[in-house]
Amino acid sequence: MSIYVINSGVQTTIQDLGRRNKAHLGISAAGAADAYSMKIANIIVGNNIGQPILEMTLFGGEYKFQKDAIIAFAGSIFKVSIDGESIEFYKSYKIKNGCTIKIGPTIEGARCYLAVRGGLKVPSSMNSHSTHILSGIGGHKGRALKKGDEINIFDLEDDFAPKKNFRSPPKIKRDTIRITEGIQHNFFSKLMKNNFLKNEFKVSTQFDRMGIHLQGPKIIPIEKNDIITEGIPLGGVQIPGNGNPIISFVDHQTTGGYPKIANVITADLCKVGQLKPDDQLQFEMVTIKEAEYLRLFQEKYLSDLQKLQ
Amino acid sequence: MQEPDFIIASDNTILVKFGEKISNRIRKRVLSFCQHLIKYPLPFVVGLSPGYSSILIRIKNDCIINNCKTEIKLALKSKLKNLDYKPDLIEIPVCYDYNLSPDIDRVKKITKLDKEKIISLHSSNDYIVYFIGFSPHFPYLGGMTEALITPRLDSPRTKVPSGSVGIADDQTGIYPLSTPGGWNIIGRTPLNLLEENNSEKSIIKMGDIVRFVPIKFDEYENIKRNQ
Repeated sequence: MSIYVINSGVQTTIQDLGRRNKAHLGISAAGAADAYSMKIANIIVGNNIGQPILEMTLFGGEYKFQKDAIIAFAGSIFKVSIDGESIEFYKSYKIKNGCTIKIGPTIEGARCYLAVRGGLKVPSSMNSHSTHILSGIGGHKGRALKKGDEINIFDLEDDFAPKKNFRSPPKIKRDTIRITEGIQHNFFSKLMKNNFLKNEFKVSTQFDRMGIHLQGPKIIPIEKNDIITEGIPLGGVQIPGNGNPIISFVDHQTTGGYPKIANVITADLCKVGQLKPDDQLQFEMVTIKEAEYLRLFQEKYLSDLQKLQ
Repeated sequence: MQEPDFIIASDNTILVKFGEKISNRIRKRVLSFCQHLIKYPLPFVVGLSPGYSSILIRIKNDCIINNCKTEIKLALKSKLKNLDYKPDLIEIPVCYDYNLSPDIDRVKKITKLDKEKIISLHSSNDYIVYFIGFSPHFPYLGGMTEALITPRLDSPRTKVPSGSVGIADDQTGIYPLSTPGGWNIIGRTPLNLLEENNSEKSIIKMGDIVRFVPIKFDEYENIKRNQ
């Protein structure tokens, strides 16, 4: 009564909204890398926005449903088919017991989300279902899925009617990522800050859930490069000794000693979750007020979407 | 006492900064406010990351950050002066044998001390757990003698075995899990820091005192087997 993993793709993990209030134990929140898309996938199948879903990276794999289910995909568009028939993203589908879903390579950004009506039936660990690979907790046995795994899903007990008025969310452009000033922005000269804002950066091959390493002009602080270790905000743009920025991400280290020149705004973290190697991006500075407005606007958009008939 | 700074660090985090340096007095303020916020949680807080002299507080995404900042300031003012917090003394057996201490030669070279002296200095001190951070349950231990100061490795290892005891600058610490890391590894404890089947609990918590007890390799294996 489950989903059977025939091929687990590049990295498929179970995620939800993340693990709250464990940072003081060194455990970062984890959770969906693109929480915005993850919430929309849940909304399409009529779930609460925080139900555990499957997060797939670059290449999704192959999954056999051993039970009837209602599913939807959101996030970056991957090539997806059910028993050989192509399907669309941002639409719910009924799956019959025995159907196989194939999720091919991405034709867009790094990640897509597969939501199943009722959610995935996995035990919670510290009040969350999110897989935190580094600490081996949450999700399915604290790790990414492997061939042969079986993920239980809930019974379909009710009638499901897709939201008639649902429209696919507008496409998000990922080449501009908005930031606010980082805690240590004063460590950098005006010239360096200008270099940081006026140039493009390229995503390197190190782009996992812990951090996204960027390449571009070297960003060098005026003097010292170390601070006494302090907490790192999600989306903090750290500048290590080699001058190549690192965006700290959902599985990030909770504390660190590199100066932070900037911080990605909460509303744009969904863009970071879709970055893949060789993507080009430029940063754009906004104020905390603007960032807060955009964060609240995104929250409101999602809550309106959920209320939609 | 210096008033802490309340810095808006991002659109959903506030850094409460008690000072700019590593000191025992600042550590106690970080510890007591952290304990307070854990004991009397503020409804809008979803994460606390203490550091040497600060606490980074993450708020819910539907909250107004300036209002949260005001509430946090109030919480700090109303905080009970004396929290009933007692540190535990935790003894950690460590085997410093060559096969478990890949960086001891590097530490010897940099500190100009022999291996016996390094072991005796490292294990003759009591260390305070300043905070837990970096990776799950990693304790930042302060109070190491200056004679042992060794900078981090130039390139970090992709995997440091769990239980490894390391030095980075004037700090020492223990890797509770196998994780990447750039500290100089000088020994390993056979103890599992984490409780079995409960990765939320570690035998070491913020504010505790840690003492390293040197053991021989057969003892190391013995403890490892009988755990």
